[in-house]
Amino acid sequence: MMVDDALRLEAHPAAAVSSSEAPLLEARGVTIQYAGNVAIKGVSVVAIERSITAIIGPSGCGKSTLLRAFNRMNDFTVDAQLSGQIMYRGVDIYHPHIDPVEVRRRIGMVFQKPNPFPKSIYRNVAWGPVINGFKGDVQELVQSSLEKAALWDEVKDRLNESALALSGGQQQRLCIARALALQPEVILMDEPASALDPVSTARIEDLLFELKERYTIVIVTHNMQQAARVSDFTAFLDSGRLIEFGETDQVFTRPKEKRTEDYVSGRFG
Amino acid sequence: MNMVLESTANLARRRLKARLFHLSCMALTWLCLVMLAVLLIHATRQGLPWLDVQFLRDFPSRFPERAGIKSALYGTLWLISLTAAFSIPIGVAAAIYLEEYAKRSRVNSLIEISLANLAGVPSIVYGILGLTIFVRWLGLGRSVMAGAMTMSLLILPIIIIASREALRAVPDSIRQAASALGATQWQTIRHHVIPSALPGILTGTILALSRAIGETAPLIMIGALTYVAFVPKGPMDAFTALPIQIFNWVSRPQQEFHELAAAGIVVLLAVLLLMNAAAVIIRHRSQRNRL
Repeated sequence: MMVDDALRLEAHPAAAVSSSEAPLLEARGVTIQYAGNVAIKGVSVVAIERSITAIIGPSGCGKSTLLRAFNRMNDFTVDAQLSGQIMYRGVDIYHPHIDPVEVRRRIGMVFQKPNPFPKSIYRNVAWGPVINGFKGDVQELVQSSLEKAALWDEVKDRLNESALALSGGQQQRLCIARALALQPEVILMDEPASALDPVSTARIEDLLFELKERYTIVIVTHNMQQAARVSDFTAFLDSGRLIEFGETDQVFTRPKEKRTEDYVSGRFG
Repeated sequence: MNMVLESTANLARRRLKARLFHLSCMALTWLCLVMLAVLLIHATRQGLPWLDVQFLRDFPSRFPERAGIKSALYGTLWLISLTAAFSIPIGVAAAIYLEEYAKRSRVNSLIEISLANLAGVPSIVYGILGLTIFVRWLGLGRSVMAGAMTMSLLILPIIIIASREALRAVPDSIRQAASALGATQWQTIRHHVIPSALPGILTGTILALSRAIGETAPLIMIGALTYVAFVPKGPMDAFTALPIQIFNWVSRPQQEFHELAAAGIVVLLAVLLLMNAAAVIIRHRSQRNRL
């Protein structure tokens, strides 16, 4: 990586010593406004290393906004303002000395609608590492990334064909492979299965269990069964506020808040 | 049960309306094509007997049988090459700035309105501008350079507007995907936005250059000569162009010169066709290379 030392996340003087149980990623009292409208207010959640954290809540509750704060994708939204802190390994990623490009290289993202580049399957996966100065064997990296995303067997004979020829579910797994190729520690997923059929959804969910072995995953979903099935921790947001955050089992079976109970039992939202 | 699926009252009328609309669109399309065909056939029939190697190789003459368009053809090729060299980089860069970098602001929307207006300004006005700035202030004289700069001004708004349109059609999800992979904005634009927008940018650019190739008024204004018995050796030489030569021949009383003008029109159209073909080939190739 060709980055100034001051911009390296782990080398930054603000970096705190991380203990083993310290959260990898943490939102501390985060408030985000769009041109004066508060999207989320005073939200604090953590993502523990090698676990899946689900963010659930009704439409418009701010769950995608929160997710996009974790890799500074909100920077592209005009008039978006953030206060509070997002800590990655003890470093505030919104610190003026931190380059957002470096943040996004470390913290990968998979979007709601599969968005492969209109290029070959191979180049979709290889592009990210190559522009970030990857010096190793690109071919091997492409293969291992596609394998991790459980797509290799389906595409190994047509790596040079257009990614747009793949099915929706394959495209989404390609997008996951593309994110994995950068060897991130965290992968953010914004309703990654909502545009897919049930079979493809099941494959993505299976994949999540495998990815959990190596990566920290934060996933936004409007599908409560999905959150209950795949996640270790669940954050429930409503109207921009964090209502409840805890282990998924507890949130779904013994919620502390009445509002959470109403939502997870399907009484609203 | 023959009541099932029986037409409700106004379905027949709605179908008739749909059919009428379909037919009128088709008729108007054919009208355009027929007009174009008549023009082409007329010019070709008049000009074809005069179209030979001698016509392309000789300079204009007051004897019709010895007249040719060498100087005009070379002038036009010089003019259009220089115009492309100036206007494409500037126009595309301006479009990228406005679309990808500039923030939505009042100044920006003012620029937008001005561009749309500039695209509609009569070409003679650009001729006056070119005469004042390029020919006189910058002292370029009646050179190909002055002509190309004037033409560039004339077609810049068209190139910018078309390129912005093409850039805007690139889905934001592509930009987001690239950014989320740790790409800088330039990498995103260079590797994804421009390749996706290229076909649209090319189409707009070719349309703009096609307009420039047929423009006469601004060239007359900046003093492109009507009789030139040499070809430009460099960008600072005086020149004439095909439309001026055609205009010159048409304004003579003799029938032979009118036929020469028709032959000139055929050559002009051939140059245009070649440009369009080149654009199609480049576009095709760029799409194939994207994989």
